[in-house]
Amino acid sequence: MKKIYPTAAAALDGLLKEGMLIAAGGFGLCGIPELLLQAIKEAGTKNLTFASNNAGVDDFGIGILLQSKQVKKMISSYVGENAEFMRQYLSGELELEFNPQGTLAERMRAAGSGIPGFYTKTGVGTVIAEGKEHKDFNGETYILEQGLFADLSIVKAWKADETGNLIFRKTARNFNPPAAMCGKICVAEVEEIVPTGSLDPDHVHLAGIYVHRIVQGQHEKRIEQRTVREA
Amino acid sequence: MWDRNQMAARAALELQDGWYVNLGIGIPTLVSNYIPKGIEVTLQSENGMLGMGPFPISGQEDPDLINAGKQTITELPQTAYFDSAQSFGMIRGGKIAMAILGAMEVSQEGDLANWMIPGKLVKGMGGAMDLVAGVGRVVVVMDHTSKHGESKLLTACTLPLTGKAVVDRIITNLGVLDVVEGGLKLLELADGVTEAELRAATQAHIVN
Repeated sequence: MKKIYPTAAAALDGLLKEGMLIAAGGFGLCGIPELLLQAIKEAGTKNLTFASNNAGVDDFGIGILLQSKQVKKMISSYVGENAEFMRQYLSGELELEFNPQGTLAERMRAAGSGIPGFYTKTGVGTVIAEGKEHKDFNGETYILEQGLFADLSIVKAWKADETGNLIFRKTARNFNPPAAMCGKICVAEVEEIVPTGSLDPDHVHLAGIYVHRIVQGQHEKRIEQRTVREA
Repeated sequence: MWDRNQMAARAALELQDGWYVNLGIGIPTLVSNYIPKGIEVTLQSENGMLGMGPFPISGQEDPDLINAGKQTITELPQTAYFDSAQSFGMIRGGKIAMAILGAMEVSQEGDLANWMIPGKLVKGMGGAMDLVAGVGRVVVVMDHTSKHGESKLLTACTLPLTGKAVVDRIITNLGVLDVVEGGLKLLELADGVTEAELRAATQAHIVN
């Protein structure tokens, strides 16, 4: 079975459907599947729901799909860096479901692990808990959160082998493994595809069982907040 | 009155040797510049890192290496990386001794609001709800009053909560207060601030 595709557009061929739920990896602009997002923009698929920790900036990341009005709903924990997002949300064009960051990550991990619900104390006593089942364990109150089962996962890794085993680099790992796990099908874009057998099996971060299609490409890897100290 | 850096330096005195600690976005991020000599703490960044180093020198920035405020940072010899699910697993699991966070409002019962102004600013809670629910101790660092001069230390929060009864200590530009039975207890005054000035700027009840 061949998992390698020549372009991001080819890797998404036949997978995009109007109204689908896509889980995307990345934190801020770090480790986002920038090539696949650009390909989704070019495909023009509409009414998409994205489960992604952030919504990019105006002209990069998911922000480019907000500009082209392809996003119906975001499931995110923090969207503070995107002016177009705020405009669409405040005018009612865009739906937004805030999830606490750890709850969002765990919803993805749980879904990918066959766990449809879990109890957490995150959000107890806040609006996040409203309408959710409360249950006490050992004298503490927890709320029920549900696994997040996506139609499609799009992630970015540093290296893949030909079977889809992935290695991430530094903090660009972030949401990519849980996002990869929770989709019916997962497409990974990487900086380098190496021959099978050249990765140390003990160093694989995400096993290829979770990864169905791979594309290699050039990444801009934009820095959102360049911060330096005096030498 | 303390400036941002002085507030961060004061917050750094909260750190204890051997602790794993999470620093929030804004002034809390500056705390890492003031870790006292002889104290070894490991900073967690909830985007997936333990052992967060200082900002890089110019030219050494790595787009794959950022903190939770999306700023470029560096790694240390003891650094470890992991994914977001595991990162919040260690937060929820009580492995992080303390979180230092910014806030919009704190109530005298320790309720924290730092994520949303209805109808206005939409930012999101990020990892703050998970942190305040999971870590051992929560310290808030914030200005004592809003831009309009209104107290951010309140009898009850007016904004949507991040967590209920979660704050242990508040460090502001005017001083340091603890959340105790019946209200807030004044522990320290910032340089040049009188107790009367701090009380006048505080809407929450300060116990004697």
